[in-house]
Amino acid sequence: MSHLAEHTEAPAEGIATGGLELRGLTKEFATFTAVDNLDLDVPSGSFFALLGPSGCGKTTTLRMVAGLETPTAGTIRLGERDITNDKPYRRPVNTVFQNYALFPHLDIFENVAFGPRRRKTGNVDAEVNAMLELVELGNQARKKPAQLSGGQQQRVALARALINKPEVLLLDEPLGALDLKLRRQMQIELKRIQDEVDTTFIHVTHDQEEAMTMADTIAVMNAGLIEQMGAPDELYENPRTTFVANFLGQSNLISGTIRGRDGDMTSVDMQGIAVTVPQERTHAAGDRGWVGIRPEKVLIGHEGEALDAPGNTIPGGVVTDVSFVGVSTQYLVRMAWGQELQVFEQNTGRRRLFRPGDQVELSWRPVYAFLLDHDQAAAAGAQLESV
Amino acid sequence: MSETVRKKGAIGYILLAPALLWLVLFFLIPFYSLVATSLFNADGSDFRGYTVVYEWSNYTNAIKEYYPQILRSLKYGAIATFLCLILGYILAYAIAFKSGRWKNLMLVLVIAPFFTSFLVRTLSWKLILADDGVVVNTLQFLHILGANGHLLYTPFAVVMGLTYNFLPFMVLPLFASIDKIDYRLIEASNDLYANPVVGFFKVTWPLSLPGVVSGTLLTFIPAVGDYINDQLLGNTQTRMIGNTIQSLFTEANDYPAASALSVILMLMIVALVVGYVKRAGTEDLL
Repeated sequence: MSHLAEHTEAPAEGIATGGLELRGLTKEFATFTAVDNLDLDVPSGSFFALLGPSGCGKTTTLRMVAGLETPTAGTIRLGERDITNDKPYRRPVNTVFQNYALFPHLDIFENVAFGPRRRKTGNVDAEVNAMLELVELGNQARKKPAQLSGGQQQRVALARALINKPEVLLLDEPLGALDLKLRRQMQIELKRIQDEVDTTFIHVTHDQEEAMTMADTIAVMNAGLIEQMGAPDELYENPRTTFVANFLGQSNLISGTIRGRDGDMTSVDMQGIAVTVPQERTHAAGDRGWVGIRPEKVLIGHEGEALDAPGNTIPGGVVTDVSFVGVSTQYLVRMAWGQELQVFEQNTGRRRLFRPGDQVELSWRPVYAFLLDHDQAAAAGAQLESV
Repeated sequence: MSETVRKKGAIGYILLAPALLWLVLFFLIPFYSLVATSLFNADGSDFRGYTVVYEWSNYTNAIKEYYPQILRSLKYGAIATFLCLILGYILAYAIAFKSGRWKNLMLVLVIAPFFTSFLVRTLSWKLILADDGVVVNTLQFLHILGANGHLLYTPFAVVMGLTYNFLPFMVLPLFASIDKIDYRLIEASNDLYANPVVGFFKVTWPLSLPGVVSGTLLTFIPAVGDYINDQLLGNTQTRMIGNTIQSLFTEANDYPAASALSVILMLMIVALVVGYVKRAGTEDLL
């Protein structure tokens, strides 16, 4: 969590943070622009996630930082040093490749020793053994990569990069090839290792859950641009665009007209119902907006039941679908204006479940709602949810 | 249980039979005939007939008389193979990694020469390298070649012909090996502080070794035994072992000597190949 504090203090412009600084970074390919005038600051020592759907430019950004792709425009700085045009083998940056890219003709020991041998630094044998211990592969040193399991190969790839003590470690979908259980395990292990080595990790992924569990700062990327950047809880609770609202978890977005912005609350006419949204969660410029609320923040009750949510109460709902998931129940509720809203309710066992056809009313505390610009598509990012 | 095993065994032999028959008919019998001929009495002739008298001196005499041609063949074959390896590697690497959507077209171009006869292609080099041809004139104009210098009927022409004719046999296995290399491995080597040259020798080259081994074998073996290139592009001072065997068979009618030379050539190549493959250590490649 200390990284979080560090991040919020990170200066925005030009001042050296010792971290990675991208300015106006652009990469155009023959037929499309992969990365479009990107500005990004990654504070030193943070675990940073670049999150986005496939094709959003996150891997291209990573490859430009690694030096494997030449930017069309813009600069990449690492602390004081401009590395934009440095060859990949001259940058203090290492990569854990997607599918690992371990050298099949070398054993595990030689794979890990590859970097140190090129740089002719210190005591290679001792360093390699120490690194293999860190990733708990000390007894596999003489095996070939093909003889190891996916999780073990993943750790070799990590060791092979980390042994060079890079200033920035780039991870390109490092857990994508692993099954779910192993992925969870590696997420925890990656965090442990990051704590231990205290290197800046930049983790590219399309898996929002993975990004939220591991990173202390997430940048959500879409179509070559950063949509929003911040701590996972901040992004989740207060998304600034419909894309972030839909891509990171799920959101109910309801069309409304802004009635006034008085004090610290914005009042909105949402389909004829007056609701309020906190001022710091209002990200709509015009006089219309999308009222956003996360499904688990929505309370569901019988009509007329006094719900613990003063402020926004929406009557006239009919339950259309009930999915019992075990820890929670997911309802689809058709509202008076025809839209279906999602509601997640914890199965505390305090009352019976609603059934399809039940008349209900919904409510939520105004502090949990957010208001987004009506010019953005309500479905942006919704279909791209991670697998 | 035991019956099914026996049955399986029988089926195995039946399935093997066509291949075995083929080998017996087209390898063992001719090979026996060749070895037998090499041990005929040296003074035999088509009129007086031959007998197998285990005339081992056929071998010693052949070596004594023709060792310059044997050594020359090995030398020309080795040079041509080396040149093929360098040219072929560059070509195969470019086709595998740099040709993009032209890859298939490039491969077709590599094998395109096979659409014309070997003989015709070699003959056309005679025209290209002829004394008043474009190549010689240009080289003379540039003073790379003396005013009386020529290219045709020289060792250069023979080695060049061998290199040209056997290049596809080098390119194709090399391409197959290089094309299989995951380009991210090369990127990974660059990421791990290997500059492109070091990365090539530490990653690309070792991973392409299977192609290098098969390519050099497919080039060296036929190049050493070749006689067309020397016959068309060489002179009497550049005779190779293939030419010697051919003329002993067809002109001198000295079958025992010709057969002995053939067997010597074969044993030599087998020995070289076994030694080479052992040294290349293919078991270490993957």
